[in-house]
Amino acid sequence: MSFEWIQLAYAALTVFIVINYGLIMTAVVQKIGARVGGRYGIPVWQNYIDLVKNIALRSKISHGVMFYLGPVFRLTGGIGLLLFVPTIYGSVMHQNFAFAGDLILALYFVFFGTLGMALGAGESGHPHAAIGVSRGLAQVTAAELPLALAVFAISLQYQTLSITEIVAAQQGGIFNWTLFTNPIATLAAMFALVGTMMRAPFDVVVAPQEIPIGPPTEYHSAYLALMQTNRVLFPVAKTVIYMNLFFGGASNWAEFAVKVFAIYMVSVLVGVVHPRFRVEQSIRFFLKWGLPVGILAILVV
Amino acid sequence: MKDIDKSFRKDTETEFPLREELRPRSVTAPDGQVIEIDPLQDYFCQEPPKVHKQSYFKIVEDFYNWARAHSLWILGFGTGCGAIEMRPLMTPRFDAYRYGIQWRPTPRQANLLVISGYLSVKTLKRAIRAYEQMPSPKYVVGLGSCTINGGMYWDSYNTIKRLDDYLPVDLYIAGCMPRPEALLAGFMDLKKLIRKGKAEGANKYAENFDWYKANQKSVIKDWDMPDYNW
Ligand code: SF4
Repeated sequence: MSFEWIQLAYAALTVFIVINYGLIMTAVVQKIGARVGGRYGIPVWQNYIDLVKNIALRSKISHGVMFYLGPVFRLTGGIGLLLFVPTIYGSVMHQNFAFAGDLILALYFVFFGTLGMALGAGESGHPHAAIGVSRGLAQVTAAELPLALAVFAISLQYQTLSITEIVAAQQGGIFNWTLFTNPIATLAAMFALVGTMMRAPFDVVVAPQEIPIGPPTEYHSAYLALMQTNRVLFPVAKTVIYMNLFFGGASNWAEFAVKVFAIYMVSVLVGVVHPRFRVEQSIRFFLKWGLPVGILAILVV
Repeated sequence: MKDIDKSFRKDTETEFPLREELRPRSVTAPDGQVIEIDPLQDYFCQEPPKVHKQSYFKIVEDFYNWARAHSLWILGFGTGCGAIEMRPLMTPRFDAYRYGIQWRPTPRQANLLVISGYLSVKTLKRAIRAYEQMPSPKYVVGLGSCTINGGMYWDSYNTIKRLDDYLPVDLYIAGCMPRPEALLAGFMDLKKLIRKGKAEGANKYAENFDWYKANQKSVIKDWDMPDYNW
């Protein structure tokens, strides 16, 4: 892959668009949830205000170097995830830094932020944070297993590790999507999607309604703003991967917006109709249901 | 005005023993090393609060104040009877979320401490700690007549009367108990104060730190925490 400086500007543009898209989308989703509950809901620009507010706070305290780096790592995980997969298929501007083995790298980046957060939250010294992180890591690990298996299944199916080629193989009609050519792998990956989106029923780790809010207990002001940015960026980045792998990718921003929203809504729909699982329940759930489906997907291929 | 008359004053002469977990002690680590621990010194940052300047440009500060006003995060901390009036605000009937108000579980992420009613001396201690852990600018709202002048607990031996003596209150909501509508109206007034840049309670607290501490210590009998706990 040849590198040109202009790609950096394009990449920055992609990140900018995705962050704004994510800020608005998560607010819209919250609003939908509120309307379902009979409430009016937050204004759609509420996320922007919260972000500015958090940056505007005057006093900041730190608990050490890793405390700074935690949110930074987390954001790096999100941006890295976004930048190493093609956001818009076939577009020069938003092809990003996709290369031949990006599928493996993406799998790694999914995990990177959580690990960074574990170090940062551990340094904050708050027991809730440490417990939250260990619970979060356990749950994310269990939830990622079906995804990893599904990814192996489809890389076997398409005989490639490049996301671009996988998207290319799915072009030309809706029935070329992995969703239809390999439904079992898609199903396995969907387990991982609802499991790692940090939405109900699998969000006991960070849910602000739970008394121990988990890893971000000690985070405030600008640190929290960074994490909020990641909270909106990361789900979109991850949904982009799903869209590329299973739903035929997107060839323009409109298609991108619609597809990401639709895939995201899957986890939202699951979330609004299920109560929150405890951590050991969700781990058991993934090992019992997600894992066999993933193995089945590999066997079928 | 002092809260507690002579007979109930804090007895400053007798020493109250520290709670056991706060006493200095030496611990032997698994590798045989002996470590001296003084919890009050080691576990807390004792730096007194600073006065934080406003932003240099007025327009920036105005913009920030606008954002602060529209994103009020309340610490989920209920003290008196009034706490029960805060919950309806989350429900479809009142829905405070549409004004950018939400509840956060940790003081680090909250800007607004609602003292929702009478404050017993024991709870005052926790309220002070929670308040001091919040990042500035932070606001305090006193809910109900108990926070204004003691209300029906005027004669009580164990509650404080004027909240303003212990924490810098930005706004009182009168009533016993105020309805959720009154709370919402109060929050709207608080927003106006913040937008005008008048809600500088955190700086007031820092400037008059000694006065506040003296007041707090005059009622809290077993002061077993650092003077300022982050
Ligand atoms: S003002 Fe009335 S309702 Fe509120 S805490 Fe006091 S006694 Fe209870």
